[in-house]
Formats: sequence, structure tokens, C-alpha cells
Amino acid sequence: MTAAAHVARLGGRGIAFVNELGRLAAFAAQVAAALATPPPRVRRCLDEIHDVGVLSLSVIGVSGLAVGMVLGLQGYNTLVRFGAEESLGTVVGLSLIRELGPVLSALLVTGRAASAAAAEIASMVVTEQLDGLRMMSIDPVHYVIAPKVLAFVISMPLLSSLFTVLGLAGGYLVGVLFLGVDGGGYVSSVQGSIDVYEDVVPSLVKSLIFGLLVAMIAAFRGFHAEPHSAGVAAATTSTVVVASVTTLIVDYFLTALMGV
Amino acid sequence: MEGAGEVAEALGVEITGLRFRRGPRVIFDGLSCRFPAGRISVVLGGSGSGKSTLLRLIATLERPEAGEIRVGGELALSLGSAEALRRYRRGVGMMFQGGALLNSVSVFDNVALPLREHTELGEAEIRAQVHRIFEAVDLEGVDELLPGQLSGGMTKRAALARALVLRPRLLLCDEPFSGLDPATLRRVEALLLGVNERFGATLILTSHHVESTLRIASHVVVLAEGRAVEGAPGEVRASAQPEVREFFADVAEAAP
Repeated sequence: MTAAAHVARLGGRGIAFVNELGRLAAFAAQVAAALATPPPRVRRCLDEIHDVGVLSLSVIGVSGLAVGMVLGLQGYNTLVRFGAEESLGTVVGLSLIRELGPVLSALLVTGRAASAAAAEIASMVVTEQLDGLRMMSIDPVHYVIAPKVLAFVISMPLLSSLFTVLGLAGGYLVGVLFLGVDGGGYVSSVQGSIDVYEDVVPSLVKSLIFGLLVAMIAAFRGFHAEPHSAGVAAATTSTVVVASVTTLIVDYFLTALMGV
Repeated sequence: MEGAGEVAEALGVEITGLRFRRGPRVIFDGLSCRFPAGRISVVLGGSGSGKSTLLRLIATLERPEAGEIRVGGELALSLGSAEALRRYRRGVGMMFQGGALLNSVSVFDNVALPLREHTELGEAEIRAQVHRIFEAVDLEGVDELLPGQLSGGMTKRAALARALVLRPRLLLCDEPFSGLDPATLRRVEALLLGVNERFGATLILTSHHVESTLRIASHVVVLAEGRAVEGAPGEVRASAQPEVREFFADVAEAAP
């Protein structure tokens, strides 16, 4: 292949990427318009919150506890070298609230709920359910997509908070009960180092943004899936890959922007 | 069909010079045909001849490159505004090949959905209307079932119920006989005849099933190589056009 052909191929990919971003932006505008258009789909949104939030509770809970226990162990092993094991609560708390809670929750929700949402929407394309809605003069974005997106945006900060709280409990379990760190010291170092406005609020904002991004990617990939079974598989896989990578990249910029 | 209600004037469909391609593949290149108002028309043709695409074009789910589709004398293609499209689709019911029922809600809620969305009826009246439609399509005891729990024939009838619930003036049915055993097939045939008689709607069906077509259709359109041959069933069956003869010969050969 000649150099010119390489450049042409690269250019083609660049154009396709920009085109895809434009389609995603147009789709996001459609979703925003649908969210602002009555009637509100309260019942559908509650059903989606059940699917996204309630059904993710066990995954988030177990993972949060496990991550907290690992942080407690690793933090203790490092801090004890400097005789600073009483700061274990600070290390576990700040790591979870500032970074691990929002990011890992987003990744777990991507794997469990966003992939399922993309597959569900894509299979609705394949089985003509979305066309069926169109033929009933019902906008599929209003009926199917908007409630799903809203459910992710509402659920993600709550799941992230649960992850963080159980992570703190995991750190306490390992540090205080197994390794002999003072319980009162652990709790007071968590209390003393975490500020509501500087740590907790930005962490919730991060989760909310991740929820929106993950939901939009899943909905976009599902909604624009090719109408055959391979299209469902492709939509699901690309949702997991794109949403995970996007979460990590956006996390860097949010951290730099908000200082958390 | 008793109690199912009446429908306003049926809509005829006229198609002129339709051109449509999917990717590089040309499906129609100057297709012209008509579907008379108030009658049952069946579109026949081999796999890939564009039968389903033709219904989707009439339903405005696809846009052609060129040509005209007139439904009840109005140009279906010029439905620019969302409101015009909404009004048009309220007069057109579509029964999709696989049913296209929403998998996540019950059969009752599927059929009630258009009434909840587009009418001011109370829940009691909606329930009564849905049950009247269920009776009309010979479905019972399915209210709480999910679409995935229905048999193939029941899915077709539930899809027909949903397509009929707003009393359309034009009903499009994509392969209503596919995948049905002979007894269920005759039942669906009878239902479609009943819909045409009692509701007065124009029916356009696509089918591979020549026997059923000859039993219920009053107008037949055979699609072959992007063009249409049409007329009364007997006329089309006796057509000397090579593509049509080839189609019927293939069907006869494939018959058990």
C-alpha cells in the first residue's frame, strides 16, 4: 500500500469518527428534546431504574466491599512502614470518594446494565419493535430511550455512593478488625479528611456525568444497530468498549477540572 | 367481529415510478402499481423481491429515491411535519411479520398502548375496547401474558389486534401467513376477510402463500425484478409475462 493510500485511509477514519460524533450529538439533542416533551414517562422510568439500579445492587455492593478491603490491606502495608497507620481512613476514604467509587461504579454499570440496555434496544430494532412504535405514532426516543437515559443518570450517583460506603466498611473490616488499627482513629480520620463540598459533591457530579455518558453511548449504539443478530452483538460489544474507555478518559479531564 | 366498530372511508393506494435501493442493490426501478380502496390486495414475489420494502414505503418507514405514493389521493411522501406524519400513521395500521409487539409489556398493554397514547378514553373504556378487539381476533385469556409466551398464531392475532385498535382505514400486513400450521392459517385468513368486511379497511398483504392469496385476494400484485404485474387473481395467475410464469412455476416446484 502506498503512503498516499495510508493517508487516505487515515483521513477516511478521521472523517468517519467526526461523523459519528456528529450523529451522537444529534441523537443527544433528540433525547434532550424528548425528556422535555410531555407526557413524562414516569412508570417506564421507574421500571428502568429497577433494571439499572436495583439489579446492579449486588454487583456494586460486593465489588465496593472487596475494593475497600484491598485498599485497607494495601494502605495499611504502606502506611505501617512510616508509622502512619492511623491515617488508613484518610487513604481509603479519599481514594474511594474521589476516584474509585465513581469510576469503578461506572465501569461495573457499563458491564452489567449498559450492555444489557444496548442489547435490548438493538434487539428492538431487529424485531421491528421500534418501527411498531413509529407506526403507532409513538416516538421511540420518547418512549424507549429517554426513560433509560434518565434512569442511568439517577441511578449512577446512588450506586457510586453505595460503592463508596461499602468500600469504607471493607477498609474498616480489614484495618480495624483484622490488622488492629484503632476503630475510633479510622472513623475520625475519614471524618476529618473528607469535605462535603470539596470531595463528596464533585464525586456525585462525576458519577452523574458518567451515568449520562454511559447511557448515551448504550442508547446510541443500540438505536443505530444493524437490523440483524450480528448487529445486536456488535452494539453490545462496542457499548462496553467505548463506554469504558470514554469513562476513563473523561475521568482524567473531570479530575483536572474539578480538582478531585 | 361484532362490536368491533366501524371505520371511515377506506384508503386506496397508487404508486408511480417508485425507485428505491438498499445500499448498492436496486430494489425498485420505476415501480408502478395500485391497490384499490376497500379491497384485499396481496403482493406476491420471491424472497428479496421487495414485498416487505413496499409495505414499509407505504407506511413511510422508508423513503424512496424517486416516485410517488398516493394514499387516499394524498402524497404520502410529502408528509414533512411530524404532525402530518402522525396524522397519516393514525389512519394506517401495520401488522409486522414477527408481530413487533413490545416484549417488556403484557399483551393487553401492547394493544392498549395506542388508545392510551392517542385518545382521552378512561381505563375502563380502554379495557372494554381492547377486549372487544381481542374478541374480534379470537384471542382470550392473554391479558397478562408477555408476547414471548404466545404461540406463533396468537402472536399474529395479537399484532393484528394492535394494528386494528385505532380503526385504521388502511391495514398493511407483512407475511401474515408465514410460519403457521394449516388450521391456524385458515383462521388468520378468515380473520383478515372479516376485518375487510366489518371494518371496511383496505388491506394490503404480502405473502409467499399462493393458495391463501387466491382464496382471499380480490387484487394481486406480483413483484418481479423491480417491476409489478397486477390484476385480479385469475388474470395474474394466467399471465403470459415470463417473470410471473417463472414465479408461479417456482412456487409449484417448491410445494410439498
